[in-house]
Amino acid sequence: MSAPMRVRYDGRPRLLAGWAATGRPAVLAEHAQVNGPLPTGAAPHLVELVGAAGLRGRGGAWFPTGRKLAAVAEHGARAGTAYVVVNGVESEPAAGKDKLLLRAVPHLVLDGAELAALAVGAKEVTVAVHRGTGLAAAVGAAIAERAAHRWGSGLPVTVVEPPRWYVSSESTAVANFVGGGPGKPRNDSAYRRGVKGKPTLVSNAETLAHVALIARHGPDWFREAGTPEAPGTALFTVGGAVHRRAVYELPVGATGNDVLRMAGGPTEQLQAVLLGGYGGSWVGVDALTRPFTPEGLKPMGASPGAGVVVALPAGACGLAETVRVASWMASQNARQCGPCFNGLPAIADDLARVTWGRDRAALQRLRHRLGVVDGRGACAHPDGVVRLVASALAVFAADVARHLAGNGCAGLWRQPVLVVPQPPDVSEGWR
Amino acid sequence: MSEKFAVNMIECDGHGLCAELVPELIRLDEWGYPILAPAPVPPQLAKHAKKAVALCPKLALSLTPDRR
Repeated sequence: MSAPMRVRYDGRPRLLAGWAATGRPAVLAEHAQVNGPLPTGAAPHLVELVGAAGLRGRGGAWFPTGRKLAAVAEHGARAGTAYVVVNGVESEPAAGKDKLLLRAVPHLVLDGAELAALAVGAKEVTVAVHRGTGLAAAVGAAIAERAAHRWGSGLPVTVVEPPRWYVSSESTAVANFVGGGPGKPRNDSAYRRGVKGKPTLVSNAETLAHVALIARHGPDWFREAGTPEAPGTALFTVGGAVHRRAVYELPVGATGNDVLRMAGGPTEQLQAVLLGGYGGSWVGVDALTRPFTPEGLKPMGASPGAGVVVALPAGACGLAETVRVASWMASQNARQCGPCFNGLPAIADDLARVTWGRDRAALQRLRHRLGVVDGRGACAHPDGVVRLVASALAVFAADVARHLAGNGCAGLWRQPVLVVPQPPDVSEGWR
Repeated sequence: MSEKFAVNMIECDGHGLCAELVPELIRLDEWGYPILAPAPVPPQLAKHAKKAVALCPKLALSLTPDRR
């Protein structure tokens, strides 16, 4: 008898299957039809299932979800309680996947969250969504629908809207907010001390959607797609100079060119790509042949992060784009750590002087400050800005030389590629 | 057991006492915030290190076991 054939992924959407069927948000009945009933029986061994599946968090860090679940379960058992928070805040301006999931397939995300809650011994689930998008009402309606049909774990599920600051979607900031505090990052990891100081699972909405499918179909099924180190499918938000800017689901391991092709390909010649998000890295177009996985991009000093891929056309100015994003990111600090709230505006200012001021001293100062600021905040916000700016200096090195010599570039007068939202007004507050 | 410095950057307000007391291991960035040397505290500086921890106005400085 021959060895069993390894089943390969058929290329069909997994997360978005419920939505793809109708093009409308999947109500509970459609969700049940596409995905089957909620497998509460899987909860007692969910940690092992997710570990065996090799799922890695889709919020940006790609940390093994099984290990995170195990840590919360263990700490929660010692502390006597645990919390589960769905992180759907997605304050990253270039990302739209979590908002899409919560709009299109909320029941898949909620299933994953409730199963995780049962697995880690949590007594309640909180879903954190982006303020002002209507998602609070939409997710609230989905929760009510589940209650009406007695679908779920029986645990209470509520929705909150943290403030729209970039740092407010960081795990510990979300846990802080859920617990009644400001939406500012804390020193302790959420799995140790999150909501009200208790062990908390803060998981990205997409991660929990994958959990909901792993619980139903098992680790082997999950591993039919993706790579051995990074299994499954993932959502990519593709923007910039492509024909169809949107969110796409692809098997992890797809190359940059595969991702761009899904979006209809580039609209013009490209000079670089921004990967991961506004705290991610610029890479050259040679990176497009690499698999967009943590392992595939590490040699280029990049990571897929939260699945953000922005194609920069040749006619744009990478430095001007980076100044705009770095300045905005500097305004988004939590006003907690000196190297961050001082260092990020200084870094943005230095880059502006290099880009427009022909200021060579500013370039020297910038390189020094990047080294001083990196890693010296309570959270990774300053590290992201350092990464963005350092990668810009590398990828746009020729532009740096041209700008300093006073020979600008036509790209300075183009429409912005990397758009920044109106910064939250100070009236947004931190609650 | 050897120890090294750690600083709670949320609490730290850049008073700078630590850098004055243990300049061998702590210096200040241009905004007055501490940059800690990664090295463990040598025995001859142990007393100064404990003093710096005790005198930090925000109790932001601490000594942690150096696991290496």
